[in-house]
Amino acid sequence: MKPAWSVVLFTTLAGAGQGLFLALFAADLLAKPARGFLFAGCVVALALLGAGLLASFFHLGKPLRAWRAVAMWRTSWLSREVIVLPATMVLVLLYSVFTALAMEGAALAAGALAVVACILLFVCTGMIYACLKFLQEWASPLTLLNFAALGCASGVLLAAILAAALQPDLAHDYASAALLAGLLAYVARLFSLLRNRTLRPKSTLQSATGIRAGKLRQIAQGAMGGTFNTREFFHGRPEALVRAVRWTFLGLVFPLPAAILVAGAASASALLAAFALQFVGLLAERWYFFAEARHPQNLYYQAIA
Amino acid sequence: MKKQLALVIDLNVCVGCHACATSCKEWNDGGAAGPLSDQNAYGKDPSGTFFNRVQTFEAGEFPATDTVHFPKSCLHCEDPPCVPVCPTGASYKRAEDGIVLVDYDKCIGCKYCAWACPYGARELDESQKVMKKCTLCVDRIYDDKLPEAERKPACVMACPTSARLFGDIHDPESEAARAIRERGGYALMPEWETKPANHYLPRRKTVPPA
Repeated sequence: MKPAWSVVLFTTLAGAGQGLFLALFAADLLAKPARGFLFAGCVVALALLGAGLLASFFHLGKPLRAWRAVAMWRTSWLSREVIVLPATMVLVLLYSVFTALAMEGAALAAGALAVVACILLFVCTGMIYACLKFLQEWASPLTLLNFAALGCASGVLLAAILAAALQPDLAHDYASAALLAGLLAYVARLFSLLRNRTLRPKSTLQSATGIRAGKLRQIAQGAMGGTFNTREFFHGRPEALVRAVRWTFLGLVFPLPAAILVAGAASASALLAAFALQFVGLLAERWYFFAEARHPQNLYYQAIA
Repeated sequence: MKKQLALVIDLNVCVGCHACATSCKEWNDGGAAGPLSDQNAYGKDPSGTFFNRVQTFEAGEFPATDTVHFPKSCLHCEDPPCVPVCPTGASYKRAEDGIVLVDYDKCIGCKYCAWACPYGARELDESQKVMKKCTLCVDRIYDDKLPEAERKPACVMACPTSARLFGDIHDPESEAARAIRERGGYALMPEWETKPANHYLPRRKTVPPA
């Protein structure tokens, strides 16, 4: 598939926002940090979710009709995502307002609902890809796990940065949690890479055309120039670049940020550097997620003429 | 059983003339589905929106090869994976005749349906920014103003070798259903269980007279 930057940005930005909120609420329950810290964190989480929402609009051919996408929530994970994303934002906003006003009971209720919304949003986003059974690289529970685990890892790291500035007593714990979350997400991502290496495409040119011949090749695809089918489903990049992107994210998603965190003893500058590198790694990871998926329709578009 | 309109395409007689593709483009460029925009139509890299494309494959080992022309359009699956994923309901399958259609006024151009189609049957119209696909000429086949013999998709009317049969594949007496039954009609990518309504008839060996 051709990676769409709108979707790459949406899934990474919103994922970090969800992870950050989950980290904030966990601290609220366990450590009772200052209200200012929680409020500032929520503002950042909302900014990330909002930026993701904005990016997602660039994926649409008709953005002004986006409101229609709430209609088919009974069958479409995309529709469910379109409902859950703004709901998450409203709940995080309510939590932040109740927290700022020291309305503890209301904040707890809104926060608990926002936690559910964040988890549901991870499920919706992951299922959009995981439910397409013939995109074999995506059709796995690992897709959900990866979206959620990587989102949480970046969110916790972001919480550590905010804590270093506003709530220093929590910075160390957050940094430790970020290391653990990063490690778990990394292991899960390695599992999915390993799984996808061993995949055998179920569709072949023979099953796609029904022509029973051991040797079968395309001579013409019915168009001399490009078509939607050649533009949307092929990334068109050399294999070497795809491999380079994979090694980039394998280095930047966890090992390098972890080394910086440990070496820099979780100082503010080390945290910032670690987050910046990890986010670049997450963009590369999401780009690779799309580029890696081989759509069966590509079987019909192997030769121009 | 409910009606399921479909095309049955005979690969044994298709000569790859592209008359189905051009007549489809001509009919559907106007009317209910139109326009089907082209980009750079007379330039170096012409591109455009088509419902139907004729592809060509070479089967076998040289010199014993078969050249197989393979017209490809939406298969109007009985279990279409493109329909449930649509967030707006723009993509739908008609209960009355099984045609899978797009409501262009509801489509937001998110392309998720195209991702969800294993056959690559859907194309985004680059100027209208909505998803387009074969309608089985829904604006021809029920048109009382046309003579009854012409109430068929434009591609079927245009085919000079009668390689395209049109009919209700759930009616065992229809020409289409009989062709599938008697001439080994098959579906594309049966492994994904989409139950395509369109079927293809395989090549047959012509036995030279003794």
